[in-house]
Amino acid sequence: MALAVGCRARPGRSRDNRTGSWRVFKPIFDQKKCSKCGTCRTICPEGCINEIEEGVFIPDYSYCKGCGLCAVECPKEAISMTQEEK
Amino acid sequence: MMEMIEGSHAVAEAVRNCRPQVVSAYPITPQTHIVEALADMVANCKLDAEYITVENELSALSACVGASAAGSRAYSATTSQGLALMFEVCFNAAGMRLPIVMSIANRAMGAPLSIWNDQQDSMSLRDAGWLQFYAEDNQEATDLHYLAFRIAEDPKIQLPAFVCFDGFILSHTYEPVDMISQEDADKFLPKFAPAERLDAADPISFGMYATPDYYLEFRYEMDAALKKAKEVIGKAGSEFGSLFGRDYGEMVEGYRLEDAETAIVAVGSLCGTVKDAIDEMRAGGKKVGLLKIRVFRPFPSEDLAKALAHISRVAVLDKNISLGAKGAVALEVKDALYGSGITVRDFVLGLGGRDVRKRDILEIVNQTEKRQGDLFYGLRTELI
Repeated sequence: MALAVGCRARPGRSRDNRTGSWRVFKPIFDQKKCSKCGTCRTICPEGCINEIEEGVFIPDYSYCKGCGLCAVECPKEAISMTQEEK
Repeated sequence: MMEMIEGSHAVAEAVRNCRPQVVSAYPITPQTHIVEALADMVANCKLDAEYITVENELSALSACVGASAAGSRAYSATTSQGLALMFEVCFNAAGMRLPIVMSIANRAMGAPLSIWNDQQDSMSLRDAGWLQFYAEDNQEATDLHYLAFRIAEDPKIQLPAFVCFDGFILSHTYEPVDMISQEDADKFLPKFAPAERLDAADPISFGMYATPDYYLEFRYEMDAALKKAKEVIGKAGSEFGSLFGRDYGEMVEGYRLEDAETAIVAVGSLCGTVKDAIDEMRAGGKKVGLLKIRVFRPFPSEDLAKALAHISRVAVLDKNISLGAKGAVALEVKDALYGSGITVRDFVLGLGGRDVRKRDILEIVNQTEKRQGDLFYGLRTELI
């Protein structure tokens, strides 16, 4: 992405700006424990957890900042936070 | 046409000729007469601009940021505490690359409260990314506004600019000023035509979030634009000279410097006093010259080093102090002359409106020749 003079941006920048690089802890989803309730998708402040097929919830790691809310709220403790290795 | 006019009113006339579309300011001594005059012009249909009255300086410059982003030529004026209140907006205006022009009628910073002149206010904003012009007299104070708009709005630059002139010493003084007509001004300053502006039909945001992956590069681009401004100032300043007979192509200006052994470096209205003192010293056989700095941002390091290459001793006059270090000008002059072997002494003087007289300049040259003088000049030792 080339720099725009004055850091000016057209709509759609939140898509261009890949906030996943901020992440320190990465949520790992254990699909075997998942009850398919969808709480993780509802709670995600970044709106980056997608139901990629019926009952399968996966975060888009390009945008997931690793806040860990999904892991805290998951009633089945199916999401674990693991340290990023960079 | 020559006119006998108060500095602030001459500036207001020049600003009107620059055809600002939005003026927003808050009155503060000694800047008030400028915006008072502009308000009068708008009220009497002599200036077709939106005059936005606001509750303080933070709002004044914020209104200009909005206006400039929306594609208007925007102008404000302030000084001292007012400029300090604008601190945050100053950095934002520069970062968003908005070519706002703002007059600074230089005044000391409180506390203690002082309405009188020094240059602490604008010098303290030297890192904000604004171009900084300093006027020696009211002719320059007037002319530099045309130049400031022209350079600030240049597509290669797109940065805001201060036009600084000493409060009271210039702002409230009547001097003969060659006033440029509207017709002539229009030849030098074209209509503001930004490449991008706020437009509901084609939405755009200014000054967006930059993550650590991008921020450093934005600062690099601003620094590069300021450095590029040296070339743009040269070209526009010379063009101003060919149109009106006063050439501002050089960022520094020498006075009797060619064969000088001691040079004084000064900024603003002090230069007039220094020139008189130099004439007197020259008559007595002393080889003294002046190097006036007209543009402080971008700092003309190369021009300064070249102009002073043959000098043995330099005395820098600073109407400001970076407390705990030195005067801002001396720090930059020393940097520009690093490794040259030229002795540089810093004299912090004239703070809070204390007069700097011809005899002070003679004394400073004496001290410099004897390698004396230590930062503060003219301290009343009985008080400390």
